[in-house]
Amino acid sequence: MYGVITMAEAMSDSILKVEDLAVHFPVGGRLFGGTSKVVHAVDGVDLDLKRGECLGLVGESGCGKSTLALSILGLQTPTRGRIIVDGRTISGGAKDRMDRARMTQMVFQDPYSSLNPRQTVRTTLEAPLRLHGITAKSEVEDRIADILRRVGLRPDVAKRYPHEFSGGQRQRIGIARALILKPQIVILDEPVSALDVSIRAQIINLLLELKETLGLSYLMISHDLGVVEHMSDRVAVMYLGRIVESGNWETIFSAPRHPYTRALIEAIPDPFRNGRGAKITGEIPNPLNPPTGCGFNPRCSEARDLCRASPAPDLKEVDIDHFVRCRRTHELPAWEPLAS
Amino acid sequence: MKIRANLLIGGVLFAIVVVAGLLAPLLAHTDPVMDANLMYAEEPPGAEFWFGTDAQGRDIYSRVLHGARISLTVGIVSQLINTIIGVCLGLSAGYWGGWWDDFVSGLTNLMLAIPSLIFALAIMAILNPGLTSLLIALGLTNWSFTCRLARASTLSLKSQGYVQAAKVLGYSDIRIMLTQLLPNMLGPIIVIGTLGMGGAVLAEASLSFLGLGIRPPYPSWGSMLSDARDQITTAPWISIFPGLAIFVTVLGLNLLGDGLRDILDPQSRTRRI
Amino acid sequence: MTGLPLLEVKNLQISLAVGNTLFHAVENVSLTIGRGETLGLVGESGCGKSITALALIGLLRPPLAVTGGEILFDGRDIRTIPPREMRKLRGNRISMIFQEPMTALNPLSPVGRQIAEMFVLHKGATWNEAEKLAIEALANVRVPAPDRRVKDYPHQMSGGMRQRVMIAIALACGPDLLLADEPTTALDVTVQAEILDLIRELSSAQGTAVLMISHDLGLIANMCRRVGVMYAGHIVEERTAEDIFRSPRHPYTKGLVASLPLLGARARHGRKRLQEIEGVVPPVSAFPSGCRFNPRCHMASDICRIEDPGITLLGQSGLVRCHHHG
Repeated sequence: MYGVITMAEAMSDSILKVEDLAVHFPVGGRLFGGTSKVVHAVDGVDLDLKRGECLGLVGESGCGKSTLALSILGLQTPTRGRIIVDGRTISGGAKDRMDRARMTQMVFQDPYSSLNPRQTVRTTLEAPLRLHGITAKSEVEDRIADILRRVGLRPDVAKRYPHEFSGGQRQRIGIARALILKPQIVILDEPVSALDVSIRAQIINLLLELKETLGLSYLMISHDLGVVEHMSDRVAVMYLGRIVESGNWETIFSAPRHPYTRALIEAIPDPFRNGRGAKITGEIPNPLNPPTGCGFNPRCSEARDLCRASPAPDLKEVDIDHFVRCRRTHELPAWEPLAS
Repeated sequence: MKIRANLLIGGVLFAIVVVAGLLAPLLAHTDPVMDANLMYAEEPPGAEFWFGTDAQGRDIYSRVLHGARISLTVGIVSQLINTIIGVCLGLSAGYWGGWWDDFVSGLTNLMLAIPSLIFALAIMAILNPGLTSLLIALGLTNWSFTCRLARASTLSLKSQGYVQAAKVLGYSDIRIMLTQLLPNMLGPIIVIGTLGMGGAVLAEASLSFLGLGIRPPYPSWGSMLSDARDQITTAPWISIFPGLAIFVTVLGLNLLGDGLRDILDPQSRTRRI
Repeated sequence: MTGLPLLEVKNLQISLAVGNTLFHAVENVSLTIGRGETLGLVGESGCGKSITALALIGLLRPPLAVTGGEILFDGRDIRTIPPREMRKLRGNRISMIFQEPMTALNPLSPVGRQIAEMFVLHKGATWNEAEKLAIEALANVRVPAPDRRVKDYPHQMSGGMRQRVMIAIALACGPDLLLADEPTTALDVTVQAEILDLIRELSSAQGTAVLMISHDLGLIANMCRRVGVMYAGHIVEERTAEDIFRSPRHPYTKGLVASLPLLGARARHGRKRLQEIEGVVPPVSAFPSGCRFNPRCHMASDICRIEDPGITLLGQSGLVRCHHHG
């Protein structure tokens, strides 16, 4: 390997790259012949997560964000595309499972089902260490105590069972488990959605703190735009398996250039202004029967004929590091960001 | 407290049967097979023969004690075989899905369609009657419920966060099945297991009663019942005591199973509110 | 609007029976809703907001029961109304919609029929008439092609559609009061906005008063004119929606507002560490003595640990329940 790095590479230190990822699920009977339908859960996604950043992945049900996360973690085999973690392309094999585990981990949404009810906290944290070859008793103890302290729990809770903890504490344990192998990338799947409102702040603050102190990179999936705006450095918006807009957090929230992004932001009830009114109608289309042309066109108030024509529009760079998948992005009306 | 009652009574009953079986040679008064004195045939229960004697003049008390060994062996071993087969098939089918699941489900449905006793009967008819054949026959024919249960539990547990977390942490499939899934489905499986033991004891009694299990003169409770058919009105004690033994054993096992399930759940150990 | 308020709740107490003990899950709760008004109830899990709504419509079942106070609906105490009469009120004058439409709708009955039932039961319509009215009702809740969808079963519809059906059923007979318990929590953001718009429009058009329940303070403030914040079975603050956000008076409300990452905040002030509320929500069986919020409160003093603060009226702008409000 030559030691030459291009300037682009030196500046953009990508820890995770996803290239043209697609995940297709066949649906429907093939028993007596006939074509089986295919759901394009993820339909050609490119992602670039930089070291130390938090990339927020936003979208509603059926947009593919969960499938995308599962593919990155190796829980779902992609139909097409590459996943490159810290410069190394990952495949789906068993050997890779162990390597992957040390690089990418996940914090799950539901604290009530993400911990094995029959294992003490100690076992939950110890078993992965032993699995990965760390067996020296003192080192195991140290690491467990250390990670528990970092997530704000006293080390002596290790002997307790999950049902003895509150939702917020369980989520902390889940975070501890995700970090026990010292991964570099953590995927956060709706990390606070299932928690009581008054303790969400604790977990959000904790996650941001850990990112700084441990040098983590986050891919955060959330439908809660407030949380996404607060935590993310960059944001990607997904619709029907594709990224429709991506860019820096400030750009996305103050000057979005895709009608769907705008609609998402407008849909958040503004506590200071009674009823801003939704701009889009209709439901998310059946993924088995996606619209022709731009996937968003049936619900888009700005849709014209060219939007309905095949093929679907490409993701184009409209500004530095700001990508939009819309043919009419330059003709959209001006947009007022939320102000109180 | 309700939980303890089940466990206590079931445990005690089962313990009595186990002790009876284990210490049969010490507790029995006579040899169950050899000591047959026609002079004392069909004696009612009394000071010398606590449970009376049967048509061949054998001490029923001693025979019942020895019969416990046979029944317990059959019950425990065959159910163990059943459980292992059922769990292996059900867990793997639920976890991996696909053609293996189709195959196991088909096989399970087939097994469920055939009454297990008839199946065991058919196997016994082919093999020579005796304890080993009985264990094989019963062990291979009663795993369907366990398999169904294991598969259903696996399907519902599979999607739990901690199972996915284990995969992400690098656990192999087998390790996940053994450490994450199996411990969380043990409760119902153990209950079915103990109920199954009761069922196996009954099955052994039925098969031996039909002459296809343990053959006389060995003192299986079932064959004792079979022998006592003709004397049921004249010397009822010959049937009552083996029958009672079966009843106590099966009842004990059922209660024990209930009790075990209740305490196996860690949530009930440190219960709040 | 002058005259009797539509709903007047005085000193409501709801208790949970566990063994021989009674735990007061809701205590000393009073609120009023005028005709056509929208009141919001905000709180976290276990605060008692849902069971308060159930009490209002007479749907509490053992081990929960109303053990004190009055619920005056149009002047009559709900607690004194016999069950048969209560059934005539439910769906007719008081309606309720729930969070999970899939479990609230009958999976074995076409949606059209479930809506039509309302007309047959409460308005004496024949089934034929009712079916036609059902199609109209579906159109009112903006379900496209209502004449076709009337025959659909709930599982054939998306979450948003089902919620619209539930709203159609609830509003079919033009009730005076609609209770909405987290109606959009299970829905996607864009669908949520539409459903909220729908509730707002229809209730305004029919003059229906709405009691909206949610854990989402922003949503409640957007939808309702007045907001009541509940914590551990008490209403700790009741203000207008704007005041709740701009000048909360109760430490819990203050903490909540400061802990929420609101859209636009980071652009304005940069990313600030969210203010945390320490501790956890207490379970019904272990409500702290004195002020129920005291273990988590920065301002707690001795009196807070001993004496439960009563209600302090804040003139026109509402009420608060705190020894150190302001």
